Amino acid sequence: MEQLVNKYANKLIQARLGLNSGPSQPLIGGLDDTLVWNRKADETRLLENVFKELDINSLVFLKPREPYGSLINFLAEGALKSNGLIQPKDCETRTFLHDLPVIKKFCAGQIIQVLKKRKSVIIAPGKTDDNFKGPAIVAHGMVSPEQGFVTISSVCFASFIKFFTDYLEALQTGLATADAHDLFDSIIPYVKPIQKKMPEFIPSPFPTEETVYSAIIEAGQKTVEYELVDSYFGNVSYFWNETLYISQTGSSLDELGGCIDPVPLDGSTSAGLTASSELTAHLATISHTRCKAVLHGHPKFSVILSMDCDPVEKAACNFKEQCHIKCPQKRLVGCTPIVPGEVGTGPFGLCNTLPLALEQANSAIVYGHGLFTIGKNNFSDAFRTMLEVEDLCRNTYFEKVRLLRKT
Amino acid sequence: MGNSPQRSWTGKIKRIRTYMHGWAGNILVIDLTKKSIEIEKPGLDIFNRYVGGKGLGGRYLRQCATLPWDHPDMVICIFTGPLTGTISPTSGRAHILSKSPLTGLVGDSSVGGKLATRLKRAGWDGIVIKGKSKTPVGITIKDNRVEFKEASGLWGLDTNAVHKQIRPGNASLASIGPAAENGVRFASIIVDRHFAAGRSGLGLCLAQKKIKYLLVDGTGHSKVKNPKKLKEAREDILRLTAASPALMGQFGFTCLGTGAVYDLMDNRRMMPTDNFQRTRFEHASRLNAAAYAKTYGPKKHGCLGCHILCKKIGTRNRQSMAMPEFETMSHFTALIGCANTDLVIKANERCNCFGMDTISVASTLACRREITGLDYTPDKVLSLLDDIAFGKGEGKDLALGAKKYAKKMGAPQAAMAVKGMELPAYDPRGAYGMALGYALSTRGGCHLRAYPISHEIFRKPVATDRFSFSGKARIIKIAEDLNAVVDSLIACKFTFFAASLEEYATAYEAVTGIETSAQDLLKKGECIYYNERIMNALNGFDANDDDLPDRFFTEAGSSTNNICIPPINRDVFLDARKKYYDIRGLTINGMPLKDKAQTLGLLWNNL
Ligand SMILES: [Zn+2]
Repeated sequence: MEQLVNKYANKLIQARLGLNSGPSQPLIGGLDDTLVWNRKADETRLLENVFKELDINSLVFLKPREPYGSLINFLAEGALKSNGLIQPKDCETRTFLHDLPVIKKFCAGQIIQVLKKRKSVIIAPGKTDDNFKGPAIVAHGMVSPEQGFVTISSVCFASFIKFFTDYLEALQTGLATADAHDLFDSIIPYVKPIQKKMPEFIPSPFPTEETVYSAIIEAGQKTVEYELVDSYFGNVSYFWNETLYISQTGSSLDELGGCIDPVPLDGSTSAGLTASSELTAHLATISHTRCKAVLHGHPKFSVILSMDCDPVEKAACNFKEQCHIKCPQKRLVGCTPIVPGEVGTGPFGLCNTLPLALEQANSAIVYGHGLFTIGKNNFSDAFRTMLEVEDLCRNTYFEKVRLLRKT
Repeated sequence: MGNSPQRSWTGKIKRIRTYMHGWAGNILVIDLTKKSIEIEKPGLDIFNRYVGGKGLGGRYLRQCATLPWDHPDMVICIFTGPLTGTISPTSGRAHILSKSPLTGLVGDSSVGGKLATRLKRAGWDGIVIKGKSKTPVGITIKDNRVEFKEASGLWGLDTNAVHKQIRPGNASLASIGPAAENGVRFASIIVDRHFAAGRSGLGLCLAQKKIKYLLVDGTGHSKVKNPKKLKEAREDILRLTAASPALMGQFGFTCLGTGAVYDLMDNRRMMPTDNFQRTRFEHASRLNAAAYAKTYGPKKHGCLGCHILCKKIGTRNRQSMAMPEFETMSHFTALIGCANTDLVIKANERCNCFGMDTISVASTLACRREITGLDYTPDKVLSLLDDIAFGKGEGKDLALGAKKYAKKMGAPQAAMAVKGMELPAYDPRGAYGMALGYALSTRGGCHLRAYPISHEIFRKPVATDRFSFSGKARIIKIAEDLNAVVDSLIACKFTFFAASLEEYATAYEAVTGIETSAQDLLKKGECIYYNERIMNALNGFDANDDDLPDRFFTEAGSSTNNICIPPINRDVFLDARKKYYDIRGLTINGMPLKDKAQTLGLLWNNL
């Protein structure tokens, strides 16, 4: 347990959600027969009461660093004025979190009430509590502190996406508030441009199976390092010797060693049972495009821009509540198509839409979810495309904001 | 009411309309000795507390927990849950409970098919059967009409033949076969031809009461408090299952059935081979789900209302047949040292026809092979299955299960069982949560009580280290509570590779109109599980029984260069078990505590 609580505290810092000193230091407790914390903190006393009331084995507590702290605070204040819920529309929230409940007080009773129902709670006292500066997120796990880590990482991601999409839409509809403008301006310094310098990759062709594994591990690490995905999500595959080598479901892209499944194309084994939920989409992409490398990340501005839709058109659209599965428009960012589709293989699964889109372009964005890119022979191409598309989306976003703010 | 012998007796019972949502509010109590039927109407508080399925059935079982399994007053409970009969995903399973003739423990089984849905639609949350008929009997239920039918003519028939004779049509048929009639301790009940209520020997419980079959049909509907909210919960659950490779992926259960796990167990070096003497079977790669798919072209089939449809029905020479489940595939190959898919299909078919548990029977055969040193030919296996089901020759001893058989043969260490129930096809040396789960399970060697395979192998909700006991004590405790309430709601355990109680709590609220939460439901699960622990303690089970066969602590599995499968460190195992007792609220000897029982609101008998 000690090892796990420390591991995920460090991962929150690596993921740039927490810091290794000051108020944004992660606090993680793990419980088997005894409770262990990754560090001493004032909050543990109250959180121990949460442990007493819930059947859980871990809690992660984080006051997220900037820009997440400010934008979560902003969204939380809005939520507290209505139904107490932040309701992002991205795929991670829709699929795994449903909504993000907010409370005002750092109080065991209220935290327990929310965590009985949901995976996380946001505590946002605003300026009302001098003793507790928010916002903070608490998330629980029943199997491992990794669950709380994943949840908090999703909450931050979803909040980021929601703030920037909401802001753009508010500008388009003329409803942007002074607070929103101020917040936008104040967090821009924290939203750094992406690193553009291309890293080195193991060159193709890959001579051995071992090299394939190494190349996949490397591609995963670089995708996380360049902040193109929060580490738990995303997936990577490479087609070699009539076999698709693909990252496992729920694997962290920065820790793919031992988490890659070989899936032979002849269907002679079902060892791919633990492969990524996007296995079918990867297989179809390989067969549609004859490419060898597929890379999938969740770069933020690609996701944000995929949800940008002209408010007038949207108001008239029959599918306006179902954009993520039924968007009828052929939409593009540059040459990159945006397609609807949900995770996995359901009737609206992205395995039905994505491979066709990748036939036309070497990249495609899934609505509210993430970016897929392909490389004919190696990850270098796929990675470069991912950087370029994200950079384009980021620039497009800020250009749109600039123009709208001018008017 | 009725006077036997009489060819049949019909009772129609007047039911008062209830205003509950989710539950029908009616439990049918059948006394076979008196040939009487009664209706019980527990209040909403009882329903909400015990939920349904395993929970509600456990409440009735507790009342006669100390009686011998074959005592006329021992009950057989067949229960649905509040979600059954609604659009809540995978809610169409029934839970059957009695005392196990195999183990003397709580004996229960979750079974698919149409049984639960038909029973619920007939307006019953469950049936409690007590007493004993003098002559073979069939019970038919259509809505509020209950009929006892003379069934001497069917006694001796296999379950397929019973199905052909009764021709249930839309109704659901549960029946026993010759194995139960001839006293096989691990006899199962076969529902709608392809679904077995296996493991605990519940078929023998029916045979003991002389019940050959149960035919259930219903025309009513479940009342749902908030259909819109239920639809939303359903969509959330379906979205999660669609994102699950193990369930809906192209190698998942929906496409290949549970047999999809076979390659994974081979790959992880945890396939029990030669009666758990090794964990790798060299022929595995040609005995996997893909091999069956090629030969039998299986089609999807499943419980009524399910979207996963993990049951597979294959065809060969224009004959349709149920494809074996993973456990059957593994135990009828690696465990007994046979490398023949045809044998697996035939053995599976025979076990279903005769009505006996494939895991237990294969494990007992593997035990025999180890003791006698005699290898099997496919013909020998099949003829032994006949001997067991019909009580012929050494089949009589084998029908007692591995534990009693091995003891009789003077080699008790060769029985790979926990508390008398034979172990399924996950070697515990390859998954330490599974080791703990097997040892602690309230029905003996069962993988489903805590189902740690979910995180140790399928990586859901997140992966845990399968070679470590760290954190596992609490994980197992929470998972047991979870699965106890899942078997009560009812939902299928497979769904929880993807969804969680978070979504099912919403479904529960939507159906019943009662506010709840994932954690509230877990608490109910804790009560249900602790109640089972009490029942077992009342029957003399304690820490000595919460253990694994010696082999796992002294012999290594089949390692590779990358995967090392050492014996389990007994001290670390015992330490984890001690932690579990502490977390579960038991004494260091595994006995329930009065205070804990009372805190959970459970009946207390001095132990
Ligand atoms: Zn993704």
